[in-house]
Amino acid sequence: MTHDLSLRVNGTTRPVTVEPRVSLLDVLRDHLGLTGTKKGCDQGACGACTVLADGERVLSCLALAVQYEHREITTIEGVADPLQQAFVKHDGFQCGYCTPGQICSALGMLAEHRSGMPSAATEDVATTPQLTRAEIQERMSGNLCRCGAYNGIVSAIEETAR
Amino acid sequence: MRRFTYVTANTVTDAVKTKATTPNAKYLGGGTNLVDLIRADIEHPDTLIDITRLPLADVEEISTGAVRIGALTRNSHAAAHPLIRTRYPVLTQAILAGASGQLRNMATVGGNLLQRTRCHYFYDTAAPCNKRSPGEGCAALNGGYTRNHAVLGTSRNCIATHPSDMAVALAALDAVVETESAEGNRRIPIEDFHKPPGETPYSETTLGENELITAIELPVLPPARNSRYRKVRDRSSYAFALVSVAAALETENGRITNARLALGGVGTHPWRARTAESVLKGAPATESTFREAAEAELSTATLLPDNAFKAPLAVRTITATLTSLT
Ligand SMILES: Cc1cc2nc3c(=O)[nH]c(=O)nc-3n(C[C@H](O)[C@H](O)[C@H](O)COP(=O)(O)OP(=O)(O)OC[C@H]3O[C@@H](n4cnc5c(N)ncnc54)[C@H](O)[C@@H]3O)c2cc1C
Ligand code: FES
Ligand code: FES
Repeated sequence: MTHDLSLRVNGTTRPVTVEPRVSLLDVLRDHLGLTGTKKGCDQGACGACTVLADGERVLSCLALAVQYEHREITTIEGVADPLQQAFVKHDGFQCGYCTPGQICSALGMLAEHRSGMPSAATEDVATTPQLTRAEIQERMSGNLCRCGAYNGIVSAIEETAR
Repeated sequence: MRRFTYVTANTVTDAVKTKATTPNAKYLGGGTNLVDLIRADIEHPDTLIDITRLPLADVEEISTGAVRIGALTRNSHAAAHPLIRTRYPVLTQAILAGASGQLRNMATVGGNLLQRTRCHYFYDTAAPCNKRSPGEGCAALNGGYTRNHAVLGTSRNCIATHPSDMAVALAALDAVVETESAEGNRRIPIEDFHKPPGETPYSETTLGENELITAIELPVLPPARNSRYRKVRDRSSYAFALVSVAAALETENGRITNARLALGGVGTHPWRARTAESVLKGAPATESTFREAAEAELSTATLLPDNAFKAPLAVRTITATLTSLT
């Protein structure tokens, strides 16, 4: 059985007809032609498919599209942020495959930090820590980069957070 | 990927009724484990009942002073809640030590309790696994690679570890799982919730087939303010535990008046370290007491050549975690 959904993606309403087993990632890429979001592992392990749902970072490969009808989805195509320029400046990528996921994840992460969220690197979780490099590394650990551009990624985020 | 039907439930009554009347249905939380397992051909539901719209996503203090976490609360929201961060820091730390920021935003606390093992033979449908296909045998115990496997609570049928970090903290905190079904509601102490594999490794919890988890309740527990979760793994973040320790400690004049200890990564279920706790109670709060308690707990471990390192690693991690709380 298929479902007629009207998804909110990058500020516009996009009607799609999908089976419930179809992931949000496949809808974005194959039904809506938004190929900026990447498929790395399709198992929740690499972060390449990260998008924002109501501003929160999520993995679109493990998300069933039917569950996301009432959420405001933002993909890399809908992002225009100084963080992108900072990635260029700090060499935050090489092949670029992980970059859309890194950027969306970093935007979600910065919002989490602004809301006071601690992390596994936070000594006293009752407090909100400064966004040090160690904090950024821990909070971004769900995004793998096989080119190993981690130092540049952390620098780009550090500069944008300031 | 297998085809299935998708329905949404808007009330708890609606959810449990749909579950009871729909053959081969499963509840769907964040989907971070279930979607993966359906794709891997390990879970085979015909219908998914989406429960994420149920009004069970709040963290609140109830009249007894206990804290109730609704079952649909996202892991990240539970970890960030001021009541959890100040009264039960071990729980915030355990949740934040698991998975990634993205996954924690999706995962629900009810789904976290029911996540299935990460044993690679369980995931490999070409390998025999008593958990996945009852009676097939166990590839891990039959000459397999067992570095990640359990050393406590194992049986001759299964040595898979329970992967949840959150549940280890809940075990230390004496949490209670609240459920609802057509037969009414129940309160299940966390220690009675997960089962050791025994002869039936495919049966992992005492939850009834149609029962819905509605909440997790944390009792009033002052020592929990001085608590910590420590996780040891192969990389510093975003990996399952080799060994993890959830501990809470209360001392008076250098003596231990209350100690709570639970272990992850070493057990077939979240492991409440009762033996160690009995050694700790009333003893001086010193490193040698902590080591003695840890050694007592691990003395019953069943070690294989690949995972024997977990016993001394657990002893050192328990000792260090308790010492950090003095
Ligand atoms: C790459 C990766 C790394 C991870 N690393 C870690 C880690 O380090 N530590 C850790 O602890 N976890 C880790 N996880 C697991 C993660 O925590 C779980 O997948 C998550 O908590 C499951 O929650 P969910 O809401 O998505 O569950 P779902 O996938 O929706 O459901 C899981 C199961 O619970 C049932 N269910 C859900 N809610 C209810 C309810 N209220 N009542 C009854 N049944 C219910 C479902 O039917 C299903 O059987 C990792 C996951 C991935 C993909
Ligand atoms: S493609 Fe989604 S996490 Fe790898
Ligand atoms: S830039 Fe190549 S994977 Fe990150």
